[in-house]
Amino acid sequence: MAATTISRKRKGRIAALRVLMAVSSAMTCALVLFLVVYVLSKGLPHITWELISTAPSYLTDRIGILPDILNTIYLILATLLLVIPLGAGAAIYLTEYAQNKRLVSVIEYAAETLSGIPSIIYGLVGMLFFCQFLNMQTSLLAGALTLVIMNLPTVMRTTQESLKTVPQSYREGAFGLGAGKWRVIRTVVLPSCIDGIVTGCILSVGRILGESAALLFTAGFAHSLNGFFDALGNAGASLTVALYFYAKEQGEFGVAFAIAAILMVLTLLIQLLAALVGRYFKKRRSL
Amino acid sequence: MKHKKHLAETAIHGVFLLLGLITVGCVLLITVYLILSGLPAIREIGLWNFLGGRTWASTEAEPSFGILPFILTSVYGTAGAIVLGVPIGFFTAVYLAKLAPPAAKNIVSSAVNLLAGIPSVVYGLVGMMVLVPAIRIFFRLPDGASLLAAIIVLGIMILPSIISVSMTALDAVPKEYEEASLALGATPIETYYKVSVPAAKSGIAAAVVLGVGRAIGEAMAVMMVAGNAPHMPSLFQSVRFLTTAVASEMSYSSGLQQQALFSIALVLFLFIMLINATLNFFLKRGKEG
Repeated sequence: MAATTISRKRKGRIAALRVLMAVSSAMTCALVLFLVVYVLSKGLPHITWELISTAPSYLTDRIGILPDILNTIYLILATLLLVIPLGAGAAIYLTEYAQNKRLVSVIEYAAETLSGIPSIIYGLVGMLFFCQFLNMQTSLLAGALTLVIMNLPTVMRTTQESLKTVPQSYREGAFGLGAGKWRVIRTVVLPSCIDGIVTGCILSVGRILGESAALLFTAGFAHSLNGFFDALGNAGASLTVALYFYAKEQGEFGVAFAIAAILMVLTLLIQLLAALVGRYFKKRRSL
Repeated sequence: MKHKKHLAETAIHGVFLLLGLITVGCVLLITVYLILSGLPAIREIGLWNFLGGRTWASTEAEPSFGILPFILTSVYGTAGAIVLGVPIGFFTAVYLAKLAPPAAKNIVSSAVNLLAGIPSVVYGLVGMMVLVPAIRIFFRLPDGASLLAAIIVLGIMILPSIISVSMTALDAVPKEYEEASLALGATPIETYYKVSVPAAKSGIAAAVVLGVGRAIGEAMAVMMVAGNAPHMPSLFQSVRFLTTAVASEMSYSSGLQQQALFSIALVLFLFIMLINATLNFFLKRGKEG
């Protein structure tokens, strides 16, 4: 009966919308599938033990990406080390201390602004401020500090969200037992916002791993092999910067695809980890 | 004793206040640095010559610093990416939010998340190796690195922002709206497009604006596929964006040339601030509506 009341024109329009949706969704999926399969199939064959375990050498005409892998790990470590206390602290201030509504909205607006600024501008200001004004030269430390500013809003937001889910009664209970503000934060609030901090860390690691424009002028593109503290004071390329360098400047596409495949696998792993961690915390919270 | 404890609490409060103010400090730092380093070149070149000049020849004996080609390229490139990415993203979002069975929704959503997580240099590399040669062969050009290649790459890169923000907005539409429309005899698909989409229009607008921000700020992927010659924009020619103009000369520039690059960054920053303000406007309206 319904069929008789729907005019042909209406039917046509509905069918057209159906087709558009199917085509768009299929295109999105096909695109992702193509990217993953293409990069992995082009890159994985080029990954050799020599490539990932040595430094490049002009003498023996060898390309190795071990320094770039280490630099990326150093960058992630140094950035997280600084961004966690700063971001979590800012979030605690906003949810636990701040009384002034106007100040809160100014801080939140600043965080939103930071997350909208393109990475090339971070790179430029990082170069001017850390490398030149603070005289750090082009170094991993300058790169890490630039990344700290970039990732601050992420850690702040995830921590803030998890703090908001801590029941007010927990805090009131602790206050009622005579605990001071700091004690309540340390013993009640902090342990329950761990999930937000962990989520923020995973998101930040993903972002640091993929960042290149902000690092080009702050961390530079040297490929020397260093320990953690030596590396912080010296210039060094991350995996992404090395990929750019090998693909665009040297035409070493095999190496570039190998790095791309490594980055792709790591991105997949981080997504998986984020999903697992999210599910775990959700389960724990509902208990 | 009590006094001492009070003092400690105040000190801790102060520390957290400082941490809270860090984001504000960073925004101020970035703004002040960009303005201070961006203004001298503009003053020397002249605002009109800088913004309206059609030729960029920074390394010549008689240098000329006109950034109109970069501004127009960024605007055209972003517009192209929006024209390409928004329809695909929009229809995918409606499908995922309203029609898709839970299993399909899960799979496609994680695929979209993955798309957001892929580093921009990887997009650049694939663009360089697949898209650029394809454009060269298909349109019989001497070189495929062009505005068109950049538009396609950017269109793909903004998909995840558009899909996920639109989806959130569509998910938030009250069930009663849709039920009322269904009860009046509209089919489900008609309901989604005539009731749900208009109800979520602020959120969808925010998604588009976010996409604009992403596209205009992207540097590395564009640098790898757009060719980087400072021409006035044309679809099949090698072009340079605002972002890539900064990135491509920074490593060897000095003096007025370097200051002019800072001024380009300042122009880019102003664009982004404008986009941020628009984004906030739509997000706020979405919350109130």
